[in-house]
Amino acid sequence: MITLLSTWTFGLTLALVALGVFVSYRLFSFPDITTDGSFTLGGVVAAGLLVAGWDPALATLAGMAAGATAGVATALINAFLGVEPLLAGILVSTSLASVNLVALGRSNVPLGRSTTLFDVVERRLGPLLERCGVDATLAGELARTAFALGVVIVAATVLYLFFRTRLGTAMRAGGDTPTMARALGRDTGLLTVGGLAIANSLTAAAGGLVAQYQGFADVQMGIGMVVWGMASVFLGRALVGGAGLGTALAAAAAGSVTFRLLVASALRAGLDPDWLKAATAAVVLAALVAPRLLGSRSKA
Amino acid sequence: MLDLDRATVIFQSPGGPAVRALDGVSLQVPAGQFVVVIGTNGSGKSTLQGAIAGTVRLSSGRVLLAGHDISTWSQHARARLIGRVFQDPRAGTAASLSVLENIAVAACRGRLPGLGWATDRRLRDEAAARIGRIVPGLEERLDQPIGSMSGGQRQIVTLLMATWHRPELLLLDEHTAALDPAAADRVVRATADLIRAGKLTALMVTHSLAQAASLGDRLVLVHRGRIELDVEGPAKRRLTPEDLADRFDALRRADQLDDAAARTLADLYG
Repeated sequence: MITLLSTWTFGLTLALVALGVFVSYRLFSFPDITTDGSFTLGGVVAAGLLVAGWDPALATLAGMAAGATAGVATALINAFLGVEPLLAGILVSTSLASVNLVALGRSNVPLGRSTTLFDVVERRLGPLLERCGVDATLAGELARTAFALGVVIVAATVLYLFFRTRLGTAMRAGGDTPTMARALGRDTGLLTVGGLAIANSLTAAAGGLVAQYQGFADVQMGIGMVVWGMASVFLGRALVGGAGLGTALAAAAAGSVTFRLLVASALRAGLDPDWLKAATAAVVLAALVAPRLLGSRSKA
Repeated sequence: MLDLDRATVIFQSPGGPAVRALDGVSLQVPAGQFVVVIGTNGSGKSTLQGAIAGTVRLSSGRVLLAGHDISTWSQHARARLIGRVFQDPRAGTAASLSVLENIAVAACRGRLPGLGWATDRRLRDEAAARIGRIVPGLEERLDQPIGSMSGGQRQIVTLLMATWHRPELLLLDEHTAALDPAAADRVVRATADLIRAGKLTALMVTHSLAQAASLGDRLVLVHRGRIELDVEGPAKRRLTPEDLADRFDALRRADQLDDAAARTLADLYG
């Protein structure tokens, strides 16, 4: 039961990556490789500040700000220097590998006895759950899961509300049809800067939370995160659909949790963890190719 | 008032010859005038349109609109003054957004969007009223994704969006070329009605000789980057599609003669 809950917690935390990738890839059609770097950056910044004695919420927020900066860098390179999206992301992500290593000082930093956000939640919510009759061994993990769920619900709600405002709607229009947005007076370069800042701050938040959940930050923790996010978005879309903004956001988050459960089941069934990233990439490839193959067959 | 002052656009392809797509074009369009621009393929009519909209940079000359020299303004900055409708209905509207959300983006043209709700009650009511006047029944579909609508309906919404706030200039870029004849006819009527009702200054590029003859207060024929014909008033009203077809034929014959002469000269002097 604890393993299942922990899988849920992890899946929910990574749902923030799915939401980020939803913003960059689905709303802005921007395959944003920065995701890998900003996930690590969020984890590294949060871990470094926690070890330095910062409040865990502030440390996580600082990680988000760092992630947003990385997104802004990629968008600026793309929009104002004319470098194509993939290459812009690769450049920033590669530089972040150095930044993360220098910031961390070594490849792995354990949080030791620093108080994490999950510790705070467990301390506050755990006893409450126990009083409600939840088993003491379960209460801690359940509190973490509830916290992760809360974070995802808040993030998805804030995104939903923001993208219904005039600015958010203009951003969606700019991502959907840049010619239209420019013809209506919007600087699509600036809109992309905003979009990638939001996307990468979410990814960095996930990095910060994962570091706090697993108790350490690692310079390689972000590898493959963009593919994870895409897998979640595609899976969610296949499961829930997603014509409307709200459904699409919920689908992305649900996709992440489902994908984490699938991964956990595959590992339990004997999948070598070394093959995990390759399996994730295969899922994304299948999701990208399947509709085209099915479409051409139905046309034939 | 639109004032093109010796507008010149030279395209230089690497290794190829320089092409003067616009060759010192001067054109003054007084406020409230509806100008129809026609021309053969590659005549420069699209470049002319692009030079005004900001998608094509002038090599020399100036574009002035409503007293501003907009020659160096970016496309989105020019959008403060210019409303545009494209040839491709998909270019002027965002498919994944609802009709009302598309209109909401247009309602922010020329101002900062801010964090208010995009689709509030007031906008909904106004959109329903304005859209219902042009296409009765479409006001019931404000919440549907615009991608689910026909090309003609999308062009009409784009027209409405381009004129939501009165533009100093309405630019129409062969905006009925991608539509079937019935839809094109509806869009042309809506265009003419909106321009007349709003007393808008408009410049419409078209490939349709019938539209060129029947619409607008003035007709400009562009050929090889220059204005070959510029008529208004009674002379414009007397023009028939056949007259225009004759003009095109004459221009084509002259081109063939030019090309033949160029070949002969090239053969002689090698």
